[in-house]
Amino acid sequence: MKIRANFSGLKKTKWHESLLRFALGGMITVAAGIIAKRYGPVLGGLFLAFPAIFPASATLVEKHEREKKLKAGIARSMRGRQAAALDARGAMFGSVGLCFFAIIVWKVLPMLQAPVTLTLALTAWLAMSFFIWRTHVCSFQKRHGEKAHQA
Amino acid sequence: MGALVYRFIVGGIIVSVFAAAGDVLEPKSFAGLFGAAPSVAMATLTLAIMREGKAYAAVESGSMIAGALAFFCYACLCTWLMKKRNIRSTVATVSAMVLWFTFAFGAWFLFLR
Repeated sequence: MKIRANFSGLKKTKWHESLLRFALGGMITVAAGIIAKRYGPVLGGLFLAFPAIFPASATLVEKHEREKKLKAGIARSMRGRQAAALDARGAMFGSVGLCFFAIIVWKVLPMLQAPVTLTLALTAWLAMSFFIWRTHVCSFQKRHGEKAHQA
Repeated sequence: MGALVYRFIVGGIIVSVFAAAGDVLEPKSFAGLFGAAPSVAMATLTLAIMREGKAYAAVESGSMIAGALAFFCYACLCTWLMKKRNIRSTVATVSAMVLWFTFAFGAWFLFLR
């Protein structure tokens, strides 16, 4: 299965949906800072992995897929929820990568410069998430064939 | 107040960039990785390093591990609710937040407090 960049996906997202995600991202960053200041960095640190953007993303995926089916003349379809479930499965793999991100910052930050550590951790997040996703796709294709996963 | 506005803007921009990457990439399951991108962490840690120092940010990262494990359980539950129970994504993702809070605060109470 090939990874593609489809820039028409950006056009599907309306300005108020982008604004909502911006606001959610901003609010949780502010909240994480306030909690860390009030209750200390240990409790505040939990919120660095808060699923701030995922609910909005999954809802948008379902909505866009439903609209696509409606345009094709299919009034009722399970496709929207199935697409959102696929998005959630991706987030599941991403969260394992998130764990590696945290471990690297935790262990490496005291030794290396901050920009180097954050770049290293971000690379580890992407590499681990991609590796787990790829492994899952390969094993699924072995069992069910390529078309089954794309559906 | 100025610091909070700055934090809000930095957080909003970083989260929006990762969300846009998720919109552009296909297939859906790969784009979903960006739903768990370390966007809030990047924003918060950058600001924490600048204001409080590296040691403070490292402590935050240590407890972020518990938050990330809670996120994994949360995403598993969301997948199951939408795929197997056919529950609307809004309802599934919002109601499953209870699991994230329970797991994250449970881990904090048992191991990090």
